[in-house]
Amino acid sequence: MKKLVMIGNGMAGVSFVEQLLKLAPNRYEITIIGSEPHPNYNRIMLSSVLAGEATMQDIILNNWDWYKDNGITLHTAQTVTRVDIDGGTVTTDSGLTIPYNELVFATGSVPFMLPLPGADKEGVIAFRDINDCETMMKTAEKYRKAIVIGGGLLGLEAARGLLNLNMEVSVVHVMSYLMERQLDPTASQMLREELERQGMKFLMEKQSDQIIGEERVQGLTFKDGTVEEADLIVMAVGIRPNVQLAKESGIEVNRGIVVNDFLQTSVPNIHSVGECAEHRGNVYGLVAPLYEQGAVLAKKLAGVESAGYQGSVLSTKLKISGVNVFSAGSFMDAPGTKAVRVQDDLDGIYKKIVFENGKVVGAVMFGDTIEGSRIFSLIRSGEDCSGREKEILFGSSGGAAGKPISLTDMAAAMSDDEIVCGCNGVTKETIVEAITEKGCVSIGEIKACTKASGSCGGCKPMVEAILQSTVGADNVKKVKEGICGCTTHSREEVVEMIKQMKLTTTKEVMHVLEWSNPEGCSKCRPALNYYLGMVWPVEHEDEADSRFVNERNHANIQKDGAFSVVPRIYGGVTTPEDLKRIADVAQKYDVPLVKITGGQRIDLLGVKKEDLTSVWQDLGMPSGYAYGKTLRTVKTCVGNTFCRFGTQDAIKMGVEMEKKFERLNTPHKVKLAVSGCPRNCAEATIKDLGVVAIDGGWEIHVAGNGGTKVRAADLLVKVRTEEEVLEWTGAYLQYYRETASFGERTSEWSVRVGLDTIKKALDRKVDREAYVNRIEKSLSLTKDPWRQIIENEDLSKAFDALTGPIGTEAAAAGEH
Amino acid sequence: MNDMVSSITVGHASEFMERRSRVLRIGDLELALFKLSDGSFRAVENSCPHKGGKLADGMVCDHHVYCPLHDWKIDMNDGKVQAPDEGCVATFSVDVDEVGNVIVHFNANTARSKVS
Repeated sequence: MKKLVMIGNGMAGVSFVEQLLKLAPNRYEITIIGSEPHPNYNRIMLSSVLAGEATMQDIILNNWDWYKDNGITLHTAQTVTRVDIDGGTVTTDSGLTIPYNELVFATGSVPFMLPLPGADKEGVIAFRDINDCETMMKTAEKYRKAIVIGGGLLGLEAARGLLNLNMEVSVVHVMSYLMERQLDPTASQMLREELERQGMKFLMEKQSDQIIGEERVQGLTFKDGTVEEADLIVMAVGIRPNVQLAKESGIEVNRGIVVNDFLQTSVPNIHSVGECAEHRGNVYGLVAPLYEQGAVLAKKLAGVESAGYQGSVLSTKLKISGVNVFSAGSFMDAPGTKAVRVQDDLDGIYKKIVFENGKVVGAVMFGDTIEGSRIFSLIRSGEDCSGREKEILFGSSGGAAGKPISLTDMAAAMSDDEIVCGCNGVTKETIVEAITEKGCVSIGEIKACTKASGSCGGCKPMVEAILQSTVGADNVKKVKEGICGCTTHSREEVVEMIKQMKLTTTKEVMHVLEWSNPEGCSKCRPALNYYLGMVWPVEHEDEADSRFVNERNHANIQKDGAFSVVPRIYGGVTTPEDLKRIADVAQKYDVPLVKITGGQRIDLLGVKKEDLTSVWQDLGMPSGYAYGKTLRTVKTCVGNTFCRFGTQDAIKMGVEMEKKFERLNTPHKVKLAVSGCPRNCAEATIKDLGVVAIDGGWEIHVAGNGGTKVRAADLLVKVRTEEEVLEWTGAYLQYYRETASFGERTSEWSVRVGLDTIKKALDRKVDREAYVNRIEKSLSLTKDPWRQIIENEDLSKAFDALTGPIGTEAAAAGEH
Repeated sequence: MNDMVSSITVGHASEFMERRSRVLRIGDLELALFKLSDGSFRAVENSCPHKGGKLADGMVCDHHVYCPLHDWKIDMNDGKVQAPDEGCVATFSVDVDEVGNVIVHFNANTARSKVS
């Protein structure tokens, strides 16, 4: 077998190898040598790692197993120091000599370090690899001030990352405006304002002079005599092709390693792809062209014919969250070009499209870049758009006559080998194959299958368009998201089917609705169990095995696998006898922590699973349901029984509500409260349902939340009597039970369906009574679970551990 | 080849509930013993490779169990954590004899291999 050796283990090179393996899996014995101690990772995602949006692990493109599985010999943390062209071998810095038949230079580029005095001080780095990222993160733990030299793409992404690490960041740029190679002055100015708003400082038209400090950097001086303090200086002024080795080996080198249309260097069996290669005078530093080069070289080395590499049109997106910037092609005004532009300072939107002879040749966009991939396709296709220039800028909403060009049309018109996802080098062909051959039907599946849209996400609209154009224009439909990965059926469809076909077990539902996993998953099983119980309270037998651990064990699991126990204390009102009993239990079972909860209960934390049943037995109190999707607590203030401001008996009201609605299964947890006056000491207006006493009546507030997303409750109704409070509460809770999705809090549900819809549904007394009848039916069937388990040996046994003989052999065998 | 085999009878199949589990302790070793809906049994180390969650408290879907702490999905046939998470737990073979006794085998060779 012929030997293929590649110098460089980066994105361009490894992508080439992937494509070669697809075309000719057994043609070469492949060896890859890389200087970094990592497998191939997504270098352009480093800014996301800094921004905290991805972990190092997330950006690995090919893990160690990939190399092994494909029979590739990988030498990492080694650098090739010599190539013997005549002998056909390469030699590494650790003394390894490897023979080759075909050699590929994928050495990429090196960051350009300004040769400033003091540039060798500690704290002066580039932004190029994982190591630089780690240095930045470590520095941010100890130091405050950072300077980034370079206001280009890379510099701004580095600066944003450092801001995320809570450093003060100044960006030094030698030009008068940022990203001058990708943006025109207008877009650049808008970008600068946005970044300043985010906290970045800019020092424009500044020429760096000297890096000052002792061992570690302390600041930067400029040619104009000014000084800026710094604990860290990141140089992001540019990259240059890494050509040293090629040059020393006698290969023709200009700015990059000179290659022809088939990526061949001046030596016939030596090739080059990526940032180190120079094709027709161009060296590319963005990822999409590098993938295109890799595809051509793969074909060449696989013996497949191709038209060769013709050069690439570039497009750029800045990966800073909240800032949308897009640029492509020749976007500067020039003789013979005409531009159409919109500028909207109110919304911070700017779009400019440059035409030459009726064709789109370039574009710059800021603020709204959704159309980016569509415009980019037009540039690449070279389609004549004479007379439709404005439509192209304004899209279909431009209102001009003539057929606008839709993204789907564009997708259909794209050639198969065109790259859709620039970050991961995925062509249209690969996406179409994923849809037609691997059965992908959603963006998520295509992403999992091909990596398309998996990095910056900018190509998502185009991937979606390809999906739609491939599935067929006639049955283009939004891919349905089911209640979980096991089904495409929505909550409404599932509930409707349960009603119509009188399904009473999760097994039946999964069978009738053709679930893809025979026994479902941890998402759908509890949901189905809830819906079944809601629709058929009598016929459906609750399935303990379809409940989440807490609702199965009737206690709250903790991180170490122990549980917490909260007995029911109605309305938060207890007695000396109950307190004594709780104290005795806590002592008897060595409960590590006893705590008063936010819902006015007592929590015994750290109870062992085996002790749960005896703890319940000794407490002799009902379960407080502090663990379930159910009524948790009714929090009360003391009301007019003791408080001089109280207008009503809040305690009595709260206890009554808790006794009436306890043990109810609901889509998510439900917290209630009753306050005895508008001072609202029970915090009733951040509860799922809160009652506030007023003079001569009660206000009922609904859909509040005090958790992750704080939401003040909306006033549902004012009523006069306690009976009315119970009626409205029952009707409201039942309406929530019947219409909310499993796992949806009332605060989310109410926003989704609308408060007016809820008010309308509960407006008529006859309707309220119907809801109350149904909720009472469900309530009548519930029993205290602690008592049930204690009294049933089969159920309580599940809490005990089985033990075997303490055999040394067995124990030894289990150690791995 | 290997004489470190130890088998113990832990009870009768009828004493176990379907899609539920029991904890089994032998010395320092803690296993989660599951009865699947087809009546067969699986045994795995009672500790999720992620944060040590007690798998015995997890939800059982066919031959998979979901860790109760962070919902990692583990195939009880080979002990492998399912994507996108990664990892592995030890598995132990379990037989039900002709009269219904449930027998767990501790064998260094089969501990990680498929149980059927």
